[in-house]
Amino acid sequence: MSTILSQLVAGISIGSVLLLVALGLVLIFGQMGVINMAHGEFIMAGAYTAWTVQQVIHDAGVSLLVSIPVAFIVGGLLGLLLEEVLLRHMYHRPLDTLLATWGVSLILQQAARSIFGSPNKEIRSPAWLGGNIEIMGAVIPDKRLFIFALAILAVIALSALLRFSPLGRRIRAVVLNRDLAETNGISTRKIDRTTFFLGSGLAGVAGVALTLVGSTGPTLGSNYIVDAFLVVVIGGIGQIRGAVIAAFGLGIVQAFIELGTTASVAKFAVLILVVVFLQWRPQGIFVVRTRSLA
Amino acid sequence: MPMSSSRRLRLVTTTAALATASALVLAGCGARADDAPAAAGDAPSSGDALSSGCVDASGDTIKIGFINSLSGTMAISEVTVSRALELAAEEINAAGGVLGKQLEWVQEDGASEPTVFAEKSEKLILQDCVAAVFGGWTSSSRKAMLPVFEANDSLLYYPVQYEGLEASENIYYTGATTNQQIIPALDYLKDEVGISSIFLVGSDYVFPQTANKIIKAYAEENGIEVVGEEYAPLGSTDFTTIANKVSSSNADAVFNTLNGDSNVAFFAQYDSLGLTAETMPVVSVSIAEEEVPGVGLDYLEGQLVAWDYYQTVDNPENEAFVAAFKAAYGDDKVTSDPMEAAYTSLHLWAATVEKAGSFATDAVNDAADGVTYQAPEGLVTIVGENNHITKTPRIGIVNSEGLIDTIWNTDEPVVPDPFLTTYPWAEGLAG
Repeated sequence: MSTILSQLVAGISIGSVLLLVALGLVLIFGQMGVINMAHGEFIMAGAYTAWTVQQVIHDAGVSLLVSIPVAFIVGGLLGLLLEEVLLRHMYHRPLDTLLATWGVSLILQQAARSIFGSPNKEIRSPAWLGGNIEIMGAVIPDKRLFIFALAILAVIALSALLRFSPLGRRIRAVVLNRDLAETNGISTRKIDRTTFFLGSGLAGVAGVALTLVGSTGPTLGSNYIVDAFLVVVIGGIGQIRGAVIAAFGLGIVQAFIELGTTASVAKFAVLILVVVFLQWRPQGIFVVRTRSLA
Repeated sequence: MPMSSSRRLRLVTTTAALATASALVLAGCGARADDAPAAAGDAPSSGDALSSGCVDASGDTIKIGFINSLSGTMAISEVTVSRALELAAEEINAAGGVLGKQLEWVQEDGASEPTVFAEKSEKLILQDCVAAVFGGWTSSSRKAMLPVFEANDSLLYYPVQYEGLEASENIYYTGATTNQQIIPALDYLKDEVGISSIFLVGSDYVFPQTANKIIKAYAEENGIEVVGEEYAPLGSTDFTTIANKVSSSNADAVFNTLNGDSNVAFFAQYDSLGLTAETMPVVSVSIAEEEVPGVGLDYLEGQLVAWDYYQTVDNPENEAFVAAFKAAYGDDKVTSDPMEAAYTSLHLWAATVEKAGSFATDAVNDAADGVTYQAPEGLVTIVGENNHITKTPRIGIVNSEGLIDTIWNTDEPVVPDPFLTTYPWAEGLAG
């Protein structure tokens, strides 16, 4: 019983990390059809932001909390820069964006190496996240709880923004039908930029969270980018609730397969399951029905 | 379909052309090498007798090659090895060179790709005509270079601990083989810590798989129970399940052969489950001084590692080595086992060449057995039978400054046994 419970917890932990790294992509990929391979490097930028903040604020707890909004802005600004300089010239050409952003991701990795050096950086985690709680024999590290809470908070904030705010309404309108939205007086350029800022900012926040559980180095982002795209594709493009189900689903499936087999087999089995699933539902768990002709 | 078959045809043609070209180069080089011994017989003082292949030993300088990954994922580790080699070369030059000739080194970038290592080492041998090459890190880079050095009858000095089960006339192994690192670590766990069960965690590739095979054979012989064996894909950053398995196994110790970034994720998860060095010590064989800050001192303090050299080793040679390294590259730099092994490899080569009185591969091989060098890790001796060196295994504990203190070492340097022929329980592993 406790094994099943602790694997469930493990799965949810993996899922929250996946959700956090994928959330920004859901927004960007969903709205603009841009395959942003540099998303992982925005995550890395967030992690390095956490390190930089910690050099200024030595208290690990305060610096973690300060890092989150700072990384959101750093990630967002990087995204804005990428959108303004490169991507706006290649909307409606997803394959070109794939190649161009992959190039950008390599440039950013090398930039991180030049600025921060190639060895991993050590980021101290706050003492109040050092412990764990035990529920019916399953041990839950505080750090994982924190990441879970952060992921859920991000989902709620993003959903609320999309559902209730005027900005969210415009974003949804553009996702549903770009041309019609434009004819109704919505500046799609402005919306695109805002979306890119939000999505990339979320990547920055994910980066801060990842410093609690993994290494902070130049290749941090590339370790997560494939998994992030898996979540987006399974969840259904542009679907936040789909991403939530996909992230936790993937995490739990991975944890249980790994329990009976090995980590390598689990990774392989999860990919097979994803391929089979996409044969059955090529558009993911949820499908947006639009009247768009494109 | 026609596209792909014509492309394949072109590929075949290119490969054939390349093969022909390199065969021609080889033939040219071989001819000179063949001429050399004949000339040597008549006039021992002639320049050609000093070298083999296209190596030019007639001037005041002699070329050697360094091959390390200066870019890619392995750069983080290999750049430091390249620096240690440069330091050794500068020291040798300052002391008058080798056979009176100053060393001139050519640095090549292996780019963390075994195929690039093979290409660049061939370039060093055939175009730069170097007398010997130093470097390589991953076993796959060494395995890719091995046929190149054997085909051209040139020398490679390889400075990293590895999984053993190899010996080549053309490679000198100055890092630890398994009986100089893994087996002593197990001896320590059995005799000093008194463990009766062990959990094996490693990255999914050749070194951990081979190392764990040896550990399992050792455990069976010595009545230690292997309560778990887990491999994570290279670069894996999620250890929730593996850490759960480790935690619930209640093993007396963990043997860790994880590589690179995976260590961070593993130790973070291990730590947050409340496991500590006191309750379940982890012995790591891939974490040295250089890696400690990146993994996190908070997690590593008090944990065990197994190597043959630490920066804190107390002897005059090491004091000089550490001081020279810091003077050259900065006070915040640390020295580690592979760096020391690389530094030692160049000095050993120089000592062997001096003994042989020649840079030629055959002469070096004939002279190598018994060549000694007072290295920072202590006295090392080349064993000509397998081209490995004697080394002193040390178990270390990570201290509060991120350096590693020796808590146990063998009394005498251990004779290398890459095929484990002197261990009855290891029978069959070599096959």
